[in-house]
Amino acid sequence: MFGPSGKFRWFDEWNRKRPFDLVRTALPAGILGGAVFVAAAIVILGNPLEKETVQTGPRGTGMVKIDTPGQLMALEAVNVLPPSDEPWPVEEGAMLAGEAYENVQVLGHLSVDNFNRLMAGITEWVSPEQGCAYCHAEDGFASDDVYTKVVARRMIQMTWALNQDWEVHTAPAGVTCYTCHRGNNVPPYVWTSLPPVNETVGPTAAFQNRAAPLTNYTSLPANAIEAYLLDGELVAVNDQAPRVDNAGLPGMKETERTYALMMHFTQSLGVNCTFCHNTRAINDPTQLTPQWTTATLGISMVQDLNQTWVEPLAELLPDHRLGPLGDAPKVYCLTCHQGAAKPLLGQSMVGDWPELISAEPVYD
Amino acid sequence: MAEYQNVFTQFQVRGPAEMGLAGGGAEHERSRGASFSNLLGWIGNAQLGPIHLGWFGVISLATGILSLNIIGFNMLAQVGWSIPEFFRQGFWLALEPPGPENGLRIPPLRDGGWWFLSSVFILVSVISWWLRSYTRAVALGMGTHVAWAFAAAIWLMLVLNLFRPILMGTWSEAVPYGIFPHLDWTTAFSLRYGNLYYNPFHCLSIVFLYGSVLLFAMHGATILAVTRLGGDRELEQIVDRGTASERAALFWRWTMGFNATMEGIHRWAWWFAVLTPITGGIGILLTGTVVDNWYLWAVEHDFAPAYDGAYGYEAYTTGGE
Repeated sequence: MFGPSGKFRWFDEWNRKRPFDLVRTALPAGILGGAVFVAAAIVILGNPLEKETVQTGPRGTGMVKIDTPGQLMALEAVNVLPPSDEPWPVEEGAMLAGEAYENVQVLGHLSVDNFNRLMAGITEWVSPEQGCAYCHAEDGFASDDVYTKVVARRMIQMTWALNQDWEVHTAPAGVTCYTCHRGNNVPPYVWTSLPPVNETVGPTAAFQNRAAPLTNYTSLPANAIEAYLLDGELVAVNDQAPRVDNAGLPGMKETERTYALMMHFTQSLGVNCTFCHNTRAINDPTQLTPQWTTATLGISMVQDLNQTWVEPLAELLPDHRLGPLGDAPKVYCLTCHQGAAKPLLGQSMVGDWPELISAEPVYD
Repeated sequence: MAEYQNVFTQFQVRGPAEMGLAGGGAEHERSRGASFSNLLGWIGNAQLGPIHLGWFGVISLATGILSLNIIGFNMLAQVGWSIPEFFRQGFWLALEPPGPENGLRIPPLRDGGWWFLSSVFILVSVISWWLRSYTRAVALGMGTHVAWAFAAAIWLMLVLNLFRPILMGTWSEAVPYGIFPHLDWTTAFSLRYGNLYYNPFHCLSIVFLYGSVLLFAMHGATILAVTRLGGDRELEQIVDRGTASERAALFWRWTMGFNATMEGIHRWAWWFAVLTPITGGIGILLTGTVVDNWYLWAVEHDFAPAYDGAYGYEAYTTGGE
């Protein structure tokens, strides 16, 4: 670079005698240095994907509860309770909503103060943008002409059923409108019946072998939700004896569909198989965790919700709220859980809202 | 020193093409020409051809292509004949076996009938290829070891999609033809029948599979390690065992006190490889037909350990998450 007659000929000479080999010097040094840097960063700043495991079963069974602090932080950021305050003390002889207003069918027994407080709460949780007008007609708050008002009435009754009849699954945190709605008109996670996902195939293969979030991107059948959480098919494929007569028992197709439901569980709760099962004997009653019982009750609860409360809404809802097959948007695990093993990370807000626990609120 | 052939061979020596042995009366079925490919030379012998196609080859290729096309066009039809969608969903798509309501009947085309046809054609294809590997070996005066090793793989395939479905009384127990679908099927199979981990033939199959890997690594490494001494030159090794063989044998005697022979190591490898699908096939054939829950079967036969330790229930009930 300095030319043959240049001042720095001694340097060219020196350089020629010491040829620079990129591959044997700079490259290994760069890789090694980079590795040291990454390792140091992980040690100093912490591993973002670090998992904490708690052994929950006998040694050698692989029974662990896995928590990912990074994941938990993300969940904590979105699972924040809305502002809430205590109910008004009910005085003897206070005016009731049913007396003060017309056409109060299910909340007429509340004091006017607490009735209006609940209405304000529901507005915050379900229609913060549209306000009262989302459910109430311009020509009068008493009118049932707006479909959302009728739906809201049924949903209040459903919430009572959730907190009373399904206490086994919902206690102690309890359920309010916010558990599912989180500030949206329609809860962000609902499902409707699927038309076949595959063309030109018969019933067996019509709903599977597509990449879909519903099945956690497996190829498993996506109609599992409908089969088990609406139609109430039995979620059990294992035989309870080493040798049985196979006639009429579930086969591979039912197993694949059950497996798809399990995918929905893990996705909705952010857990893995060992949260409920000892995977060495996935159905052995003596090796299931307590969570299995809770989840099993949850399946029955969701079936009941869909059959009793949600499915019948189809006749009330306008077309744009219905699924492609004309059915009402329905409930599954993700509707409440939204990625957390306990909805809203187990934070309870139902204490401030006894009106949502039962038709006969207990104020204390 | 002589150059030896491996992935890193720098020189490819080219002479006249080696056209193979005369005789056997089937020369007219052998393609006349042979060519050379530099690319092939990097991974093996640079000579391409002559090839002996024969009737079995023609049948095998024709039915094989037909079968794969049935699968491919069914997948394409499922995504509404959309080519981009076909590639996007490619790993998820499958040709599914018939539903359980069809039993062992030949189902309607759209509900597993195409699967049935594809299965028939692929079976013809595989059997033809087996006959080809058998007759070519006989024509060359070789043993038929390759054909029988291939038969072991065919056994597993027949168990999965022919023998076991027939014993179970329904084609719906068979494996779907698709990338992810057949993997999900495999997991579901273990879940349905009480954990294949407790199936002793599954255990054996894994032993032979992992054993094959180990033997392959040991043998491959040994031969590569002595190629610098001519250890890869089989012909010379046959005539005179020479220093490469001696050193390879000595290496293992020094390392573990015992060494296989030049012939025996291939017997080890052949049996391990062949027993992998044979034992695996037995395990699958017994599943759902003879044993319905392998875990409970293992409990019955006292080899599933009982864990008496308590489960940490409190870990589930404490904590906000």
